[in-house]
Amino acid sequence: MSGTGLFLCFFLIIHLLGNLQLFLPPEQAREQFNWYSHLLSGNIIIKTVSYVLYISIIGHTIYALIITRKNAAANGTKYAYDKRGTASVWYSRNMGLLGTIIFIFLIIHFKDFWYQYKFTDLPLDAKGHKDLYTIVTKAYQQLWYVLVYEVALLALGFHLLHGFFSAARTLGVFHPKYVRWVKTLGWVYTLVIILGFMAMPIFVYLNGLS
Amino acid sequence: MKLSLKIWRQESFDAKGSMISYQLDKVSSDMSFLEMLDLLNEELVQKGERVIEFDHDCREGICGQCGIMINGRAHGPLSNTTTCQLHMRSFKDGDTIYIEPFRAEAFPIIRDLKIDRKAFDHIIQAGGYISTSTGQPPEANSILISHDNTEAAFDAAACIGCGACVATCKNSSAALFTSAKITHLALLPQGKLEAAQRVINMVDQMDTEGFGHCSNTEACEVECPQDIAVLHIARMNYEYNKALVFKP
Repeated sequence: MSGTGLFLCFFLIIHLLGNLQLFLPPEQAREQFNWYSHLLSGNIIIKTVSYVLYISIIGHTIYALIITRKNAAANGTKYAYDKRGTASVWYSRNMGLLGTIIFIFLIIHFKDFWYQYKFTDLPLDAKGHKDLYTIVTKAYQQLWYVLVYEVALLALGFHLLHGFFSAARTLGVFHPKYVRWVKTLGWVYTLVIILGFMAMPIFVYLNGLS
Repeated sequence: MKLSLKIWRQESFDAKGSMISYQLDKVSSDMSFLEMLDLLNEELVQKGERVIEFDHDCREGICGQCGIMINGRAHGPLSNTTTCQLHMRSFKDGDTIYIEPFRAEAFPIIRDLKIDRKAFDHIIQAGGYISTSTGQPPEANSILISHDNTEAAFDAAACIGCGACVATCKNSSAALFTSAKITHLALLPQGKLEAAQRVINMVDQMDTEGFGHCSNTEACEVECPQDIAVLHIARMNYEYNKALVFKP
């Protein structure tokens, strides 16, 4: 879980940096964003990394299912009265639920952008690149679609908040000093990634209104 | 004070259990929780009923024998306290108290509130010791150990093996117990020699016994009567990963 999880964390940084181009003025953003998408799709290194990404997502999910089954089997009969939740934070106990929300979101996300870009004929922009920018901005013009993204990103945020430090634990970071660093880094990382991603659909939506 | 109690009664290992209600008057707030159960058992004996069986030994909070789920929390509402050190002043007159055994697939219920914690013994047998010739105690200063290390090892060795960590864990993981034993020995020069083989054997045994995986919710540290730190789990993972890489 920790290896695939941390790779996915690393991927999110790259994904966020690339998507920052959406914040440029519309015409410049279109050109930049489409050029960037074209650059990624043609690069052999990026192609290799993308396969690692697919494997990580699938591996992370399947291993989570296996562990969840084992853990369910390890629980004996249910408690008649259960207040164990008072001893830990809710998101640490609900990684599976948060993960499911993220997984459903990923299906929507892949279908609407990744599949469209890779397997359909999109109109080209002035530079002759596939016009993914229009697809993205059109999608975020719908309020319900923006809301779906915001909810899914919140789920991702709590997933990261627990996942990042939990991965460090699994890898064996036990020194109290570095444990504190990891915890702080986890918070900073989560806030930057999630607030960054959450701002994008809202920015595009508000841009479309004016 | 007057209490209404709902207690898990189960005839035997394979019998079906259920929560049974009892009324108990004349409970003093100075009583320990186990003394309150003694009082109830006295009444049951006078009525000719079978007493409620529960584990206990020292009643001083150091043996790790007692351990029950009280109002849905391991060892009751206080953090870092054993059941025997919980007193009735933590409850109010007229309260309803739910009393259940620790539950996990690896801890089968023997009767009522008594559980079988043999799985912990098996984990210890898998490596929770050092191989050494017995005999006279060696000269104390022949192997030097820094004060910090002694203290850290003792912090881990303070685990009394009550099983509250397993009972409170949503995954019924024994990671806190196992890691405390591993850290305790890995920090001392006598234990370092077999550290790699020990961590692999003990972690494998933990899986064999049917405990779940640790997902770092940290609930175990809150409920642990000895306040064993979750960072021991991180050290166990470190020792385990190191052993996997460097083991001959």
